[in-house]
Amino acid sequence: MENLSELWHGFTIAVTVPHLALMVVGVLLGILVGVLPGLGAPNGVSLLLPLTFGMQPVSAIILLSSMYWGALFGGSVTSILFNIPGEPSSVATTFDGYPMARDGRPTTALATAFGSAAFGALIGVILITFLATWVAQVALAFGPAEYFAVYFLAFASFVGMGGAAPVKTIVALAIGFAIAAIGIDTVSGSVRLTMGVDELVKGVNFVVAVMGLFGIGELLVAVEEEFHARAVSSKIEWREVFRAIGRLPRHSVALLRSAAIGCWMGITPGGPTAASFMSYGIARRFSRRGRHFGTGEVEGIISPETADHAAGTSALLPMLSLGIPGSATAAVMMGGLMIWGLNPGPMLFVDQKDFVWGLIASMYVGNIVAVALVLLTVPVFAALMRIPFVVIAPLIVIICVVGAYSVSNSYLDVVMMLGFGIVGYLFKKLFYPLAPLVLAIVIGDKAEDAFRQSMLMSKGSLSIFFANKLVTCLIVAGLALLLLPLVLQLARLWRKPAAPAAETTAQEKVII
Amino acid sequence: MGRTSKLLLSAAAAVLAGTMPALSAWQPQKPIEFVATAGPGGGTDNLARAVQNIITKHKLVEQPIVVVNKGGGSGAEGYVYGKASAGDPYKVIFGTSNAWQQPLVSKVAFNYTDLTPIAAMAQDEFLLWVKQDAPYKTAGDYLKAAASGEFKMGGAQSKDTDEVLTRMIEKAGKVKLTYIPFKSGAETAVQLAGGHLESHVNNPSESLGQWRGGTQRPLCVFSPKRLPQGPKVTATEGWSDIPTCVEQGLDIKQYEQPRTVWLPGKVTPDQAAFYVDLMKKVQATPEWKDYIEKTSQVDTFLTGAEFDKFIKEDLEHVKQVAGEQGWLVK
Repeated sequence: MENLSELWHGFTIAVTVPHLALMVVGVLLGILVGVLPGLGAPNGVSLLLPLTFGMQPVSAIILLSSMYWGALFGGSVTSILFNIPGEPSSVATTFDGYPMARDGRPTTALATAFGSAAFGALIGVILITFLATWVAQVALAFGPAEYFAVYFLAFASFVGMGGAAPVKTIVALAIGFAIAAIGIDTVSGSVRLTMGVDELVKGVNFVVAVMGLFGIGELLVAVEEEFHARAVSSKIEWREVFRAIGRLPRHSVALLRSAAIGCWMGITPGGPTAASFMSYGIARRFSRRGRHFGTGEVEGIISPETADHAAGTSALLPMLSLGIPGSATAAVMMGGLMIWGLNPGPMLFVDQKDFVWGLIASMYVGNIVAVALVLLTVPVFAALMRIPFVVIAPLIVIICVVGAYSVSNSYLDVVMMLGFGIVGYLFKKLFYPLAPLVLAIVIGDKAEDAFRQSMLMSKGSLSIFFANKLVTCLIVAGLALLLLPLVLQLARLWRKPAAPAAETTAQEKVII
Repeated sequence: MGRTSKLLLSAAAAVLAGTMPALSAWQPQKPIEFVATAGPGGGTDNLARAVQNIITKHKLVEQPIVVVNKGGGSGAEGYVYGKASAGDPYKVIFGTSNAWQQPLVSKVAFNYTDLTPIAAMAQDEFLLWVKQDAPYKTAGDYLKAAASGEFKMGGAQSKDTDEVLTRMIEKAGKVKLTYIPFKSGAETAVQLAGGHLESHVNNPSESLGQWRGGTQRPLCVFSPKRLPQGPKVTATEGWSDIPTCVEQGLDIKQYEQPRTVWLPGKVTPDQAAFYVDLMKKVQATPEWKDYIEKTSQVDTFLTGAEFDKFIKEDLEHVKQVAGEQGWLVK
């Protein structure tokens, strides 16, 4: 209960007029950088950082973290409306968010996303408030083998339940791993797969890949299929915003499960991206309407969004207590902490109580401010869907080109982005899944590093993955998720020996 | 004509002599780009942003300055960018010694000779760190224990400063260590705190919070003399209380990481001189002192022939270590 009184003290710091004003400013700026292509939270925060040098550390972190919340919300807007995820962690939101928006329900999609995101963030903050000290200890138990096990679990939970043919999923994964390997290898220090292009030493940036794969790829398909967005009613649908929020409690199982996955991945530093993919994959497996996922299913939006924000919020904890940033934005903020003269680490909770608890209290208030502001913008953003396709299509191209260029002011990135557009188009036409490809691009190199670090430690023996309870549980869970569909399939075959013939014909029909 | 006119003439000459270089000296005419060869939040990025902040605050340059991060490929991205911008005096590259070390051990498409050296502005120290509850009290104890057991040493990146130092420790202490590369010093520090490693060789700022928090402690510093007196870090100890490694029987006299500043190749001497002068002005400000103190670095300023000599010496040394390990690519 000591924590509660500390939190109360934190509220007295966070809820003051200047700090509330900073939150509003931060959230609005955040929504802006989240919606604008290629800016994103890490860039926005680093642009704002120099302005905070003259401020009190508490005020500075409140401004920056509010911007982070705003950007997390803003990032979902482009994913849902235009299929362009601005942040790695909002990729999974496009899978059902975009189909729903195209289906004429942008307001529902946005409101559902924001509502569940706020819920996820809230659970994350509550976790930080009550378990701060315990959670910090959990993260310490993670060595390279445990890291690999977490990434493996994320892959397994997503891949094992993929809707596409397993072979196609594996092909997509393999291509993703190859792309993730481009650049300098952490473990050997050598340059890989640059194919004579000097600039490729930097590797392939995620934003470049995703803008092409999703934004341009989808556009090419739409042009070919003569895109017709369903007529969206011209009324501003305030009522639908509240109705969508009101429907959320019906999906309480999905909400709670996703929040749990998010918190877990945020603390064990798997990060928001892995969390959102994993949550989506597991939801598709366990939801009663799982087979409809990918066509605009409500739980397909709830699951990744809740997990993303729960993880994003709880990722701030390892940053404060251990000094490991859980995300790119957290890394920038950590740089800020050092400049303000604070040292992230175990002593922060002892030395800088005002700062830590002021920040935690501001997370409650800042998220409420953020969700209120962002819900107000829903009808405005939804109205964007009424703009005719002939106007929107060139806009999307501009967004993608500017976004790719602004990653590191490089023309090569623009060329690569367009190349990825063609890859995305081909994937769609040939029914290859994009999700495993993206997941492998984002966490493929991390998983590889962790695996090879483990191998260095154990001198090449796989027994390191069964060396203690924690890592064994993770690996076994991963293997179970990976093999579950196979086992179920076998069980079904064994029970009904006549079924296979019928199934093949059904499948053949689909292919034809 | 007489004494007065002569005096006037000489005064005029003096004024002319004083103003002439200023007139012909180069001044930036458009915004300047600071390229940090590291991701946001790291030591190199902090330096670039601190310098930007100081210049803006004291209005040392009329033109605006933007910081861009090009940290891909362990910094190679930024250096390759600098090489491609030959002749462009509006790109200032901030890096470390990897400008000359990386091309030795990795097939990157640049060499430090493609760039124009401006200055080395600060030196980061290296220390030998162990877990708080480790049994050894001195570097000697550590080496004795390492000789019998299989010790894991963590560090940032592969074949970079941390691994070079690890190989030097192996040689000086006649031990064998398993080096595990991580992405950054911060990540390595957490791995040590969790007991997944036996030691690492982080810079002071990378493990300061961990030391204060009692998860790890430094055994010795790789420096010819103890670090300068400063405020206490833990209840009983400060940086100046850490013995040097030589004192403790680990014979590595000096190992430091310079923070370096470069222009692209093929710029004019005037343009280079402008930035050397600018960095000197930055270093004279109280904000710079503050930055150095907060990040526990050593204030130095090497430029011109001194900087060249430093690079040559360091290069020879790294070449020797890399050669022994079979890392050299050419």
